[in-house]
Amino acid sequence: MITGKIIKISGPVVVADGMKGTQMYEMVRVGEEKLIGEIIELEGSTATIQVYEETKGIKPGEDVASTGGPLSVELGPGIIGSIFDGIQRPLEGIKALSGDYIPRGVELPAISREKKWTFKPKAAEGDSVSGGDVIGEVQETSVVLHKITVLPNVSGVIKSVAPQGEYLVTEDIAEIETSGGVIKLQMMQKWPVRIARPYKRKLDPNIPLITGQRPQDTFFPVAKGGTSAMPGPFGSGKTVTQQQLAKWADADIIVYVGCGERGNEMTEVLKEFPELVDPKTGRPLMDRTVLIANTSNMPVAAREACVYTGITMAEYFRDMGYDVALMADSTSRWAEAMREISGRLEEMPGEEGYPAYLASRLAQFYERSGRVSILGKEDTNASVTVVGAVSPPGGDLSEPVTQNTLRISKVFWALDASLADRRHFPSINWLQSYSLYLDSVQDWWATNTSQDWRDLRDSAMALLQKESELQEIVQLVGPDALPDRERIILESTRMIREDFLQQNAYHEVDTYCSPQKQYGMLSIIMNFHEETTSALEKGASIDDLIKLKVKEDIGRMKYIPEAEFENAMAQINEDIINQCKEIGG
Amino acid sequence: MELESKAKVYTTVSEVSGPLMIVEGVEGVAYGEIVEIETPVGENRKGEVLEVKEDIAVIQVFEGTSGLNTSSTKIRFTGKTVRLGVSVDMLGRIFSGTGDPIDGGPEIIPDKDLDINGAPMNPSARMFPAEFIQTGMSTIDGMNTLVRGQKLPIFSGSGLPHNELAAQIARQAKVIGKKEEFAVIFAAMGITHEEANYFMTDFERTGALERVTSFMNLADDPAIERILTPRLALTTAEYFAFEKDMHVLVILTDLTNYGEALREISAARNEVPGRRGYPGYMYTDLATLYERAGRIKGKQGSITQMPILTMPQDDITHPIADLTGYITEGQIVLSRELHRKGIFPPVDVLPSLSRLMSGGIGPERTREDHSGVSDQLYSAYAEGRDLRDLVLVVGEEALTERDRKFLEFADAFEKKFVTQRKDEDRSIETTLDLGWELLSLLPKAELKRVSEEHIAKYHPENQ
Repeated sequence: MITGKIIKISGPVVVADGMKGTQMYEMVRVGEEKLIGEIIELEGSTATIQVYEETKGIKPGEDVASTGGPLSVELGPGIIGSIFDGIQRPLEGIKALSGDYIPRGVELPAISREKKWTFKPKAAEGDSVSGGDVIGEVQETSVVLHKITVLPNVSGVIKSVAPQGEYLVTEDIAEIETSGGVIKLQMMQKWPVRIARPYKRKLDPNIPLITGQRPQDTFFPVAKGGTSAMPGPFGSGKTVTQQQLAKWADADIIVYVGCGERGNEMTEVLKEFPELVDPKTGRPLMDRTVLIANTSNMPVAAREACVYTGITMAEYFRDMGYDVALMADSTSRWAEAMREISGRLEEMPGEEGYPAYLASRLAQFYERSGRVSILGKEDTNASVTVVGAVSPPGGDLSEPVTQNTLRISKVFWALDASLADRRHFPSINWLQSYSLYLDSVQDWWATNTSQDWRDLRDSAMALLQKESELQEIVQLVGPDALPDRERIILESTRMIREDFLQQNAYHEVDTYCSPQKQYGMLSIIMNFHEETTSALEKGASIDDLIKLKVKEDIGRMKYIPEAEFENAMAQINEDIINQCKEIGG
Repeated sequence: MELESKAKVYTTVSEVSGPLMIVEGVEGVAYGEIVEIETPVGENRKGEVLEVKEDIAVIQVFEGTSGLNTSSTKIRFTGKTVRLGVSVDMLGRIFSGTGDPIDGGPEIIPDKDLDINGAPMNPSARMFPAEFIQTGMSTIDGMNTLVRGQKLPIFSGSGLPHNELAAQIARQAKVIGKKEEFAVIFAAMGITHEEANYFMTDFERTGALERVTSFMNLADDPAIERILTPRLALTTAEYFAFEKDMHVLVILTDLTNYGEALREISAARNEVPGRRGYPGYMYTDLATLYERAGRIKGKQGSITQMPILTMPQDDITHPIADLTGYITEGQIVLSRELHRKGIFPPVDVLPSLSRLMSGGIGPERTREDHSGVSDQLYSAYAEGRDLRDLVLVVGEEALTERDRKFLEFADAFEKKFVTQRKDEDRSIETTLDLGWELLSLLPKAELKRVSEEHIAKYHPENQ
């Protein structure tokens, strides 16, 4: 162990002398209170350290001790359903230890050392194993079967495996004879947060991550293993949209990283998720969720680390063969933490004071997503999907964090303040947003809904585009001056906007919409458009068409429960035809 | 604020620049520690250590650096971070921006001595705020509902009546059916004597003064002191709420002045500036204030924050307003246009928002139709406002019959729903009924946000 002395303190940045022999990104203990820090710069014998806790009261001359290892997370049974801070300290444990506020210098293991788990061996003595192979299983929650795997860099022959029974995460459960000697395996492993966990190879993402949200799924889908960026000014509904994804996305595991956001938002998740039921498994959503909370008033350096803590946990569950979705709210706060540290280091600033390495750090993070073939004997595919919220200052999308994120992410959900102002939620702007996964997921939709899914979606999109052109004319001459045919377009697109794209997160039925219902709803609206257009040609008057009674039913179709939807859909389609006929169409 | 003195006195000031002072040859100085300064003429001031490097300390002087010199200024390091002695006797008292009594009353005998920076509240100890506060203002209760433990700022502009609105809210705010201990904490940062007096007179007039604790940093007080003022106020609030079970409303005004003080220090330190010269850490700094609102599981009291800020040039994208909006749980935005039309309170509901609304309304809390009515009012008013722009170009004749109704609705909404007298305390039922009255101007088929069941029950036609 190397011990140096503090020579300078400036906010979260501390400089220590006498640190020769330490490494970049090594974890250190700072001062008498042994605050956790990480070395971010080495020059001669001085080391610059970012400290993950409040540094008030620390003096030059106090000790800095190296720990010999990089900042790592503990991985094993006991993660699911927990809430951690940015450097993986369990917040429930801190509460039990120190009360309602988080003091500094708290030291607690991330995973409980007292809880016993039922371990079932899945490998036997004499099996030859290598990285990623499953040694045994633990039923961690009702929905998560936690697989205990061989560390990625280990291979050899199993010398012994513990029999089925109750074990602590730190107890040895297997011994592996390797070329370098015998390695003992526990249920818990450690992994440095800044290093991506290995896999066999990356695959093309071609299965959509179904979120149950109509604008995302139907218009701008994200694939499992894909990346999506969601920029929006404050009040545009970023957090609600992000939480809706965490609730209803059809991933096996959700890692929700609250990075520099509000404390009450995390509390809301903690309160709601155990009560909400996953439509797929029928179990509480908390049984598949991990929360990382580094709220805006917690130390800024830990905010820089929290996204890495999150993605490392996501990769760990991916390596068990699960589809994992990581929600990061918000990546801008992470970038700002980088900026603050960089400023304290007196580095030459890039655009808007952000460090020059902003783009490469963002890219490195998003690249840890992906659909991959995981390590291990069996050829298993699994994925990590990353959805990053971005908080552009003043809603200005030209700022560096948004722009650098858009260069990497394949899906762009543009949240729009003017839509939010009129309570059009989710406030995803249909003209600005895009998805580059449309082609790769259309086969899935064709198989699971209908062959004409892509045509339907594209023609609805084309109508919306046409609407924006027509709106420009309307602004000049008023809607009455438009030809009847175009007034029908405006009627239909209003339906797409209000009855399809708007979705009420707080309505028990509307909060989740299955792919089949999404397809059904859109086909009703497009059917309405076709029927009314042809009725117009046959001589029906526009004033009658605008007053069709069926419009009310279409307006309320989103609230029809899934089970009744098929019948209702047939009825509405029939009504459209009949009512058009009645008025001479 | 108390200070304890350590023996050693330094006279080694090497540089004084803006709000900062550099002292050399110091020993054992801690980052963030409080410093006592004696000026050459024997006046006492306070400062805080911003940076220490070996034997050099950079100190930020709260009361300004005028009159300090490099030869005979005396410095004592106290070994403590800034603390405040708190007690329930602080109710009804007025303190300076640094926490000394300025109302001529006796010194406070502290019950507890607290670090004014507080500590972050553990998210898993928080209780999700969901208790409806009736403010009696339709635009807030009906459409941007405030709940206990929320932080809901007022975004205003110079010359708009934000003080009147804040005072009316402080006067009328109550939780229906409950009579509980409450307190108001008023922190003034750089506002004028006149503005401060307006609040004081209003508190006095309504007999609330004995439940109010004030911290006053006025326009002619040192700007750097403003860094302390809100922290003193919030430390007192935490003590009242979580140790003395009170429901505390904290009014912080004006955050724009606070942000400017931050910028001044940052500039003096030659830091790399973020947007418009404000420091890159302003988000974190503001968060350490705003996040001190909330409720704690198992505790009776609550802290509800109502910060006021004036947006320079009414620009909502200005960094102070922008960062505030990202931290607080919504915002009430005042509009100059409505103010010019003579509407009070000039609340523009469209950009206004309460993020905690959905948890505080509905059956058993307010009324079952609340969320539907609110959504419907929003979308109808938004549509009406868009049409106003259109009418300017094409004239009313070119509009469809449907559009004309929305136009009529928007006008009626501003005149009847938004507008209320300065002493008008509307119950939530009155507000919602008023909403229905206005919605009845529109064709029923357009009321898609309210359920059919609620239309049958509350629509004036069915009454």
